[in-house]
This record gives sequence, C-alpha cells and structure tokens, in this order.
Amino acid sequence: MEKKILDRAQLSAEREAYAKCFELQKKKVLVCGGTGCVAGGSLEIYEEIIRLVKEKGLVCDVELCEDPHGETVGVKKSGCHGFCEMGPLVRIEPFGYLYTKVQLSDCEEIVEKTIVGEEHIERLAYKMNGVVYKEQEEIPFYKKQTRLVLEHCGHIDATSIREYLAIGGYKAFEKALFDMKSEDIINEITESNLRGRGGGGFPTGRKWAQVARQTSPTKYIVCNGDEGDPGAFMDRSIMEGDPHRMLEGMMIAGIATGASEGYIYVRAEYPLAVERLKTAIAQATEAGLLGENILGTGFSFTMHINRGAGAFVCGEGSALTASIEGKRGMPRVKPPRTVEHGLFDEPTVLNNVETFANVPLIILNGSQWYKGIGPENSPGTKAFALTGNITNTGLIEVPMGTTLREVIFEVGGGMRGGSDFKAVQIGGPSGGCLTADMLDLPLDFDSLKKAGAMIGSGGLVVMDSSTCMVEVARFFMNFTQNESCGKCVPCREGTKRMLEILERIVNGNGRDGDIELLSELADTISATALCGLGKTAASPVVSTIKYFRDEYEAHIYDKKCPAGGCKKLVTYVIDPALCKGCSKCARNCPVGAISGEIKKPFVIDTQKCIKCGACASACNFKAISQQ
Amino acid sequence: MSEQFNNNFMMVDDMPIPIEGEKNLLEIIRKAGIELPTFCYYSELSVYGACRMCMVENKWGSMEAACSTPPRAGMEIYTNTPKLRKYRKMILELLLSNHCRDCTTCEKSGKCRLQELAARFDIHKVRFENTSAKHKTDDSTLCITRDASKCILCGDCVRVCNEVQHVGAIEFAHRGSKMTVSTAFDLPLATSNCVGCGQCAAVCPTAAIIVKNDAHRLWNELNNKDNLVVAQIAPAVRTAVAESFNYKGENVMGKIVACLRKIGIDKVFDTSTAADLTVLEEAKEFLERIEKNENIPLFTSCCPAWVKFCENKYPELLPNVSTCRSPMQMFASIINEEYKDCGKRLVSVAIMPCTAKKAEAAREEFRTADGKQMVDYVITTQELIRMIREAGIVFEDIEPEAIDMPYGTISGAGVIFGVTGGVTEAVIRYVAEDKSASSLRAIALDGPRGLDGIKEFSLLAKDKVLKIAVVSGLSNADEIISRIKNGEHFDLVEVMACPNGCINGAGQPVTSKDGKQKRSKELYNSDKLSVLKSSQDNPLMKEFYEGVLKGRVHELLHVHYAK
Repeated sequence: MEKKILDRAQLSAEREAYAKCFELQKKKVLVCGGTGCVAGGSLEIYEEIIRLVKEKGLVCDVELCEDPHGETVGVKKSGCHGFCEMGPLVRIEPFGYLYTKVQLSDCEEIVEKTIVGEEHIERLAYKMNGVVYKEQEEIPFYKKQTRLVLEHCGHIDATSIREYLAIGGYKAFEKALFDMKSEDIINEITESNLRGRGGGGFPTGRKWAQVARQTSPTKYIVCNGDEGDPGAFMDRSIMEGDPHRMLEGMMIAGIATGASEGYIYVRAEYPLAVERLKTAIAQATEAGLLGENILGTGFSFTMHINRGAGAFVCGEGSALTASIEGKRGMPRVKPPRTVEHGLFDEPTVLNNVETFANVPLIILNGSQWYKGIGPENSPGTKAFALTGNITNTGLIEVPMGTTLREVIFEVGGGMRGGSDFKAVQIGGPSGGCLTADMLDLPLDFDSLKKAGAMIGSGGLVVMDSSTCMVEVARFFMNFTQNESCGKCVPCREGTKRMLEILERIVNGNGRDGDIELLSELADTISATALCGLGKTAASPVVSTIKYFRDEYEAHIYDKKCPAGGCKKLVTYVIDPALCKGCSKCARNCPVGAISGEIKKPFVIDTQKCIKCGACASACNFKAISQQ
Repeated sequence: MSEQFNNNFMMVDDMPIPIEGEKNLLEIIRKAGIELPTFCYYSELSVYGACRMCMVENKWGSMEAACSTPPRAGMEIYTNTPKLRKYRKMILELLLSNHCRDCTTCEKSGKCRLQELAARFDIHKVRFENTSAKHKTDDSTLCITRDASKCILCGDCVRVCNEVQHVGAIEFAHRGSKMTVSTAFDLPLATSNCVGCGQCAAVCPTAAIIVKNDAHRLWNELNNKDNLVVAQIAPAVRTAVAESFNYKGENVMGKIVACLRKIGIDKVFDTSTAADLTVLEEAKEFLERIEKNENIPLFTSCCPAWVKFCENKYPELLPNVSTCRSPMQMFASIINEEYKDCGKRLVSVAIMPCTAKKAEAAREEFRTADGKQMVDYVITTQELIRMIREAGIVFEDIEPEAIDMPYGTISGAGVIFGVTGGVTEAVIRYVAEDKSASSLRAIALDGPRGLDGIKEFSLLAKDKVLKIAVVSGLSNADEIISRIKNGEHFDLVEVMACPNGCINGAGQPVTSKDGKQKRSKELYNSDKLSVLKSSQDNPLMKEFYEGVLKGRVHELLHVHYAK
C-alpha cells in the first residue's frame, strides 16, 4: 500500500526519502522482467537470487523501503534491457555488469562471487570477436544507442512507483501541475517539435492544442498501445519496463488539454504489460497522483485500461476508440477528426505509448534540449525493434537521423553469420523495403517518406540474400489481408486479390501480366482505401516490385526463385559426377521419385518430386542439390 | 481560383457550384447534375464511406471520398478523370469477383445497383477468380430472404436496422474478406429480434436481402376453379404502382382493380373500408380509456412491425397498445364471415405495401378455429407489379374498373391511413369537438401531416386537451417511449415502423425523397376527392354493426397481444 501524498511538499519529501533508500541499496541485482527474458525463465532466476541473498544473511530489499535504514541488496524485476537475443539478462550494480543467457544454475555463482565477493564472472559476460565486455554500457549494442525513452528500462524495478519516485519520477508532472499553465505545456511540446511515434509523425503539440481549444467539458486522453506490427515490441517494452513514465506523459496531456480521464488501449497479447500498467495505476492512485483533487490542486485524473481483442486495425485511431466504446473495431470516415469527436464523441488526444513517454523528458529538460537531439524536423530519439538475419536482435533506441548502416552494422552487430545484406523491411506491413543502396539513409520521418517507406512504429526486419522478396511481400500481404477489418471494398477485396496473385507467383503459377495487375491493384487500394491500414497495405508489394522486379520476373517467367526460398520453385537434381549410385536417396524418397541402377548415377523424376528435401539430407556424397 | 467567386462557391468539373449548406461533396456534385455512383450512401443514414465509388480527384491529384468530405469554398474537384475511371472500374471488378453472377435468374435483375454500375462502367470481364460463396440463404422469416452470396457488405441494411429502426437484428461479423452481415451467433433471422419491417431489403442495392416472394404460390390458387379468390388493397399501394409503369394519368386505383381481375382475382376490395372500421373502434377505445384514465397513452396497432417491436422490447407497454386489429385483419374477419359459406374455397389475399404483414397474417391470433390463416396470402406492391407484368398487362392501356360490392364505399379518412399521421387524422375527424371542415383542416396541417419522424400536437376533445404524438421509424418510437418513461404525458401515440409510414413500406418499390412526398400528396389528394371525409359517414359502417358485427365486435375486430 502506498502512502497518500497530499501536497507538493510531501511529494518532494517522499521522493527524497525513497532516493535515500535507493542509494542505500549498495548493490542492485536487476533481473530482466521483459516478455522475452520471462519466457527464458527470468522470473525463476529472480526468485532464486532473492532466496540465495537471504540465505547469505544479507538484507535483501525486494521492495524499496519507505524509510531509510541500513545498507541492503536490492533485487528487482526490471523492464526490458533490449538485448533480447542474449536473454535472460541480469545486470548488477554498482558495477554495471551485464550477465547474459543466465541459467537458474548460475544464480549461486552470481550471488557468491559478484554480490558477496564483488567479482566479475567472465563466463556470463557478453563476448564478441574475442572481446569480453564486462560492463553493459561498453557493449557495442548499447554503446551506440541513446536511451532516453528507455532510460529506466533495465535500471529500475518496473513494478515500483517508489523507485520511479526515487529517481525523480513525476517531477515533470509536478512541474506541469504547479509551475506551468496549460498553454505553457502545449507551447513547450509544440516548440519541441515532438512528432507522433505511432507512425504518422503528426506534431503532438498541434494535436494537443486542437483538443485544448474544444469547449466540451469532457475530454479524453487515449494511449494507443495496440502495437501490432509483426516483429515490433517497442511499446510493449515501455509499458512493461517503465509504465509510470507513460502514465506521467498522459497526465501531463490531461493538464494541458483539460481532460480528466485517460484510457490505455493495450493489445490482449501483452498480458505482462497489462499487469504492470494495472500495478502502476493502482500505485499512483494510492499515492494520490491519480484520482480526485491531485496534490490538493483541484486537478483530477483517472486512468482506465482497455484490452484489445487481437485486431491490428484497432491501432487506427477511430477503430481504437470504437473498440473502447464496445463497438466493432472499424475505422470511420473523417472528418470529424478524433481531436473534435473522438472517444465517446468527445474531443480526444490520441497518442502512442512512445510519444507519451517522451513528454516528461521534454517538460523537465525543455524543448531546446530536446531539439538538440536528432534532425530539426524529426527531433528526439526513436526506439526500433531489430529482428531478422541480424546478429543482435532486440530493442534499441537511437537518435532520429541515425543511418540504417549504423543501426544494422554497429548497434545490430551486422548480418548474422556474415551473410550479405539484401534489404530491410521498415514500418512493418505498412512500410516498404530499403535496399543496400539506401544504407546511408537517415532514419527519420521525412527521409523515409521520400524513399517510399515509413518509420511506422519502428519495426526493422533485416533480410539477407537467402530471403525471397516475393515471399516477403506475400507474407505481409497475408498479414494485412487477415487484419483488414473488411469495411471498404479496395482493402477487403483488393488485398485478397493481391494475396491470391502473390500466392500463385511463389507457387510457380505466376502469369504474364501479374506484375502489372499487382501494380494496378496497389494503385487503386492506396488511392481509395478508407483508413491508413488500407492505404498502406500495398506498400510492401510496391517497394519489392520497385527494387526487386527481377525476382518477380524470375518467378513468373523462369519459374525460379533466385533466393531459393520458394519451395515450390526448387528443383532437386543429382550431380552424376558425385553420385556413387548407392540408392540411399531412392530409399529415403517418400514418393518414389528417384530411380537408377546400383553403382550408376540415379535420377530424380521432377514430375513426381514433392521437394521435401529428404534425398538431399540422406545423401552422403553431397550429390543432390537445389536448383 | 479567381476572385470572382465569393465564399460560397466551389468548382465541380470546372463548373462553379454554390455551397448552400450541403453536408458533403456528394450532395454538391449531385446538385450539379452529376450522378456520382455510390453503394453505401443514403442521406437518411450515417455516412459509412465503405464502397469508395464516390471518390473524386482534387486539383492536386489526390483522392477524396465525396460522401465524407465537407465542401469548402474554393475547392476544386473533378468527378470523371482517367484515374477515377480506373479506380471505379477496379472496385466494381473486385466486387464482381466475389459476387454471385447469375444475373438472369436473380430477383433483383434490372433493379440491382451492382448490375447497373457494371453496365455503366463497361465492365465485361473480371480478371480475378470468381470466389463468391455458394448461395447461403436464410429464408427463415416470412418477410425477407437473405442471400450472403449477393452481399457487397455496403452496410446499408445494418445501419438502417440499427440507426433508423433501433432493432439491431443484424450486424457485421468476422473481418477482412471473411466479413459477413450476420444475426447474433449467425442464428436464423426468424429467431432474432427482427420485426419484419423489411427496411433492410429496401436499402439493399443487390439481392442480398429481398422481400419474400409469394406470388408464385398465389398464381397456383388463381387457376383453380374451386377457389373464390378475394383480394383487398391497402391505401398506400395505389401510390406506388403507377410510377413503376411510368404511368402519369389518373384513376390508378381503378386500373389496379382491373389488373387484379385480369390476373384472376374474383373479388377486389379496398382496405380503406376496413380502415374506417378501425377508426371507429380505435376512437371509441381511445375515448373510453380517456374517460376511465386507463392505459394511457394509447398506442396504435395497425403496424405489425411496431407491434412486434413492442412485444420484443417493451412488453410492459402491450396493455397500452390498442386492441384493434389492423385494417387488414379486420377486413379479413369480415370477408371470412361473408364468404365462408359461398360454396367455394375462400382464398383471402391482401395486397400490402408491407413485408411485416406477411408475418402478421401468420400469427396465431389471426387464424380461424381450424388453424387456417384469415389472410392466406400477403402480396407486396413489388410482387403485384411483377404479377401485372407477368400477365402481360399493359398498364397504360387497361380500362379502370370499380371495386366490388358489397364493400364499395370508402371514406377519405380510410385512405390516408397509408401515410404517417393518417390514422391520427382519421381518429381526430371522429373525436374532435369542432368537426367543421376548416377546423379539421387546421388541426391536420398543424399536427399529423408532414413527413417528419416525430410530430406532436394538442387537441381539444371531451373537454380535455389531449396530447398526441405521431411517430414513424422505430428509433423515433424509442425516443417517445423513453420520454414517456421519463414522465412526459401523451394521450395518443401513432406509430408506424417505416419512416414516413406505409407509403415508404418495404413492400413498395424503392423511391427517392421526392417520390415519398409525391406518394403522400397522392393520398391526400384522394382524400380531397372523396365524397365522404370521415369514417363515421361511411354508410357501410352501420351495415356492418347491424349485420355481421352484431354482438361479435370484440371477437371479429379486436385482439389481445399476449405479454
């Protein structure tokens, strides 16, 4: 139970007391409690470390105390460290050690050696190219990042408002509430040129000003946490790792626009985020930072959580508000815009998780400071989720304007297994692919738009030469087609037809004219679809046709997949020079497609072959290959 | 944009068009005389913006949906550019690729918007595989038939059912290309709270929802010499037949009577006669309730969709619903009494503007002791028109004939039943203190007339000021009921489920706003021309009460809907 804070003076006093307790935790063990590490067993590791610390007779602080007392060891579940590739992760302070791929069996050694003995365990450290990286901040993956929005992720207990207060949490809210007028807040945000992190890049300050201008007595602040792009998990990590930061951003928006209710729309596939947010809201309410008459100022703000039911389209503003209202999650026509008639038909600020998480930073440090990071038109940082054929998959944050090359080859550690970079899909199913020629493209809203891609919410899927680009287009089209709400004709029927054509191409049944028909469909859908999902649905196809038309042509006219990824287009052949005529392949073929005489080269009947590859794996002489 | 245009103009295809309060570009464009294609736009419904056929190009080359873009002064848009033609054709092709294309055998052939636009946009080839579902029909209700294979998901039915009727029997289910219009849990429509008003069928651009066709069953009865086929024609029917045959002359009712005889109906009557009976019964009931101060307000009961709606949603209000049977059922009782011993098998037919009447006729309450329906067939205006065509009758040329005796007289009060407010006006002609023509006319013009969804007025009768409401469209009924539940007082509430009343019944051919006005005017004109204005003046009434109804008024003319 949190102590109710009644006024500003008490808030400062509490913050100071918690900060003292935090300092007294001379050693801190931060076990990653993000979804990836939890899946790897980090919660068991967390429990085990607590048990072992207590066993050693040390004072173990699982929860930050209210009153300072003696030195303790803090053991906490932190938010996502981002280096999911190497999880489960354990960070130990004050040394800054990061232990990777920690197993339950390693806990004893960690407590014994590092906590009691203050020794580094090299075995658990991250190693790259023969270099052992002791400290987290030295690892190239982290070194090149600028973690502002994610600064607390991995550094504090994600389930504790006390720790958040201890490191200065809710200071921006306090400043906005006591020292700033509504228009000051809006001016600061407008001046900072913060742009919506959900993909569109709309200036946040302008949006807030539009809502503030509305005369309706009821207004809403809605946070879009319906992150649905395949491979994207930036928002999830913020909600799980630093929920109070996001709440604080929403509350500041409430002060600025005159709203007193907030809704957080989280996709149901994020149970941990929901749990952490619920905890955070409960704590903030107990502490008197949410509720009626906050800190005696007369300002009231309550927060609700709404879980989505698994629809990508509910990330679209009007579909999201419809879904909160209990209606079918379907976008509606605009105007009226959400800022005028949003949730429950009232003026609504709708921003994404990362956008709200940026707000406290801007309020505390000022718009000038913020504008100093990244390019002028897209200031600040951006979180990206790195996935695909890259060495370091995980969650990163870099200043806007960082080039793709830096992200992939420095932060991301380059291509996995040293393979060739082919392309990167940015912006998920709404985005496009960027090729090797564009590696020096700065990642910001405007540069990407110019290149025919979009920053989207920040998913980066890195692909090497073994990836078939037609198959990539088919994959995303399949996703969009499944996620189309079905309302408007071009999206509902058009994506279905595009998928149909892409499927026949990858299956070797492509026809002359298919590329043109795809392009015609893409043009119609993007020009006429009702919402953003539809308008961008064809982007992966358009950009792959633009940059990899030859791959499409190879599939259609030569019935070949240059990347070798399309199973239906693969032909297995036996090299007569290498074949010893042992008949092993024929015996392993499930459909009897291989025949021959013993000690003479065997042959595959391509009409019968089902391309399962059993022959190739059976052959002891590497005589069977794909063509 | 040059200076010469002031703030109230915009350009459509380089023509300056004034902006005069239009809500969207579509209205402006149509005002400019351009028939922009749409599937999902109805001015009475919320803007849905799903068909994307009404896209227009602005001067910068980007696309805007005309239905959902408000006009702004100085705007310059184009409605027919190469890009737009390409997009519209593609959208039509996409719709057709997923649509049952058995046009020749489709009930909607010739009246289908998809068929019309495909022809208009010169679509002769569809480049995609035909993936339309096999016919998945739901003909569980007696009123309408749904066929998912013909649905283009424009959502018009869903919106009319939810927004205009507040019934909500259908909604969208599933998503993307698997989306369908469905009842809750995809159960048969008959098990839902559908009231049978058929407004969904009226707005459906294709044959995904159509009025149930009972004409072929009736044809079989007509060829049987052992049958005596007796038909009654509802007041609103006469307003819609002529327009379907592009007939602009007079004496439409006489022509319809002649058509029916030619088709093979033996006796033709006018439901207006029974409407007079309804007026007398309902007015008496009303005055009695006022006197006793019991079950006030009195809700009218002529509209079967409203009765069903009340049963479903407000069963507690059923005691307030008039016990009078609808004119159709009153007439059926009398016809049944008159001809039950005629030596032939009586086949009772009702020609109605209404789909819900098909279900009303089948209700348990309206069956004879041996379980036979009092009305055997309810034929909608649409079906009648088809029958006239099928019989090869040239409407323009057929000589008008008079309705049959013994029920040959009607009053103007009975005729106006076909339009919203008509029942109330007819009752007023009976109950009003001052029955002078000028006073009645003043009351009518100030009160029940006009096509507004809710009309309220007061009337002096029995030394009391009576508060009366006339509503059409069930959402408006909902509104009045909620006001009553919040303490507001009304003495009489007339409810018609279809907006504007029976002239806009779902059994009628679909018409425009102007068309509805025209139909309403036509009924009031018939009233003007009729010799007898009030129901009580109809000499037949006396005959009824002293003859067939003697001692049996309640048995033959009233009904108690079970709670």
